[in-house]
Amino acid sequence: MALSAVLRPGHVCLRVLDLDAAIVHYRDRLGLQETDRDEQGRVYFKGWDEQDWFSVVLREADSPGMDYLGFRVLNEDHLARYEEALRAFGCQVERIPAGELRHCGERVRFDSPTGHWFELYASKDCKGNGLGRLNPNPWPEGLKGMQPSRFDHCLIYGDDLDGTVRLFREVLAFDLTEQIMEGDLMVGAFLTCSNKAHDIAIIRHPEKGRFHHASFLLGTWEEVLRAADLISMHDISLDIGPTRHGITRGRTIYFFDPSGNRNEVFCGDYTWYPDHQPITWTTDQLGRAIFFHDRKLNENFLSVVT
Amino acid sequence: MRFEVLMADTAERFLCEPHQSVLDSMERLNRQDIPVGCRGGGCGVCKVQITHGEYLRRRMSRAHISAADEVAGIGLACCVIPLTNLTLSVVVGPNVPPPQLGAREHS
Repeated sequence: MALSAVLRPGHVCLRVLDLDAAIVHYRDRLGLQETDRDEQGRVYFKGWDEQDWFSVVLREADSPGMDYLGFRVLNEDHLARYEEALRAFGCQVERIPAGELRHCGERVRFDSPTGHWFELYASKDCKGNGLGRLNPNPWPEGLKGMQPSRFDHCLIYGDDLDGTVRLFREVLAFDLTEQIMEGDLMVGAFLTCSNKAHDIAIIRHPEKGRFHHASFLLGTWEEVLRAADLISMHDISLDIGPTRHGITRGRTIYFFDPSGNRNEVFCGDYTWYPDHQPITWTTDQLGRAIFFHDRKLNENFLSVVT
Repeated sequence: MRFEVLMADTAERFLCEPHQSVLDSMERLNRQDIPVGCRGGGCGVCKVQITHGEYLRRRMSRAHISAADEVAGIGLACCVIPLTNLTLSVVVGPNVPPPQLGAREHS
């Protein structure tokens, strides 16, 4: 059970430069399941253990990056309440009709102080994980690639970090799990609506609306190493890893899709509860906060965004 | 056929493998003439100005390379595939500002 009426990051819509190359990457290398295509040419995917019809949507465009990140909420009542609260906060808010994304109910789309667009929705068709709900097997056969069980979170970059953190905490009731502080200035925030160490992370950055990565969940460190093997076997653009983050404790590897959008696959964090207190990292220890083994900052990891 | 890339600012030279991007060939030689980013035409880190030579371009992000840039010989080295010997120089892009996190480390 989720711990707030915002259940989880439910979909991310990414722009890609070459749709065919992106489909090979997300379906065959990352190993999501393709679940639909629509008349606009968008392609829909899900992780094998996700129940909802899709969690990743790809759209061909002339610049890569993130169109929007959508969160599933508990029901239509909460959707309406959040919509009102978002307007009161000062967001631009619009209703996107049901079916605009196939299999998805009505969406409430809103902007944020960092220039990112988000959505809330209360319904999406159930595709299921292929195992059924009566005496199921533990996992499906015939999976491809890195085989993540689900889309997990995004890290975004933007200027008004304080504003977007306030939006998520005050309007959507997310908890701050970890923060990076430069003296009194927050430069990084990790926020959750659930038991996870993060459902969204935000880093302070001079430009609005930038996308750092979309992350997908693996089960074990061994699976992270297997993902690293696949990255070399298929000559995928490696960013960094396998390694461990100090922040969130994730064991992780980062790589790029063929259009330069960064992906992460990771395993292992911790269980957050709302009565816990946030963890603070100071920028003088930023090396180990980000890469606990190297204890060194990596210019590319910090500065390459779409 | 392999083509030579001349870095105009440093007079360094390296060979490009057939059908490979300038950045791919540079990385395979363990060289660091051009900054490496996403390698997919998305992040703008490997921006170069090509002053001599013919080349093919893969699709690059319009957020970093405008149509006018393309006409002016500005491209992303990860998407530039030589058809002849090339002369080029690194463009330090004002559109790739260091994030505040990284900036603090150097101060």
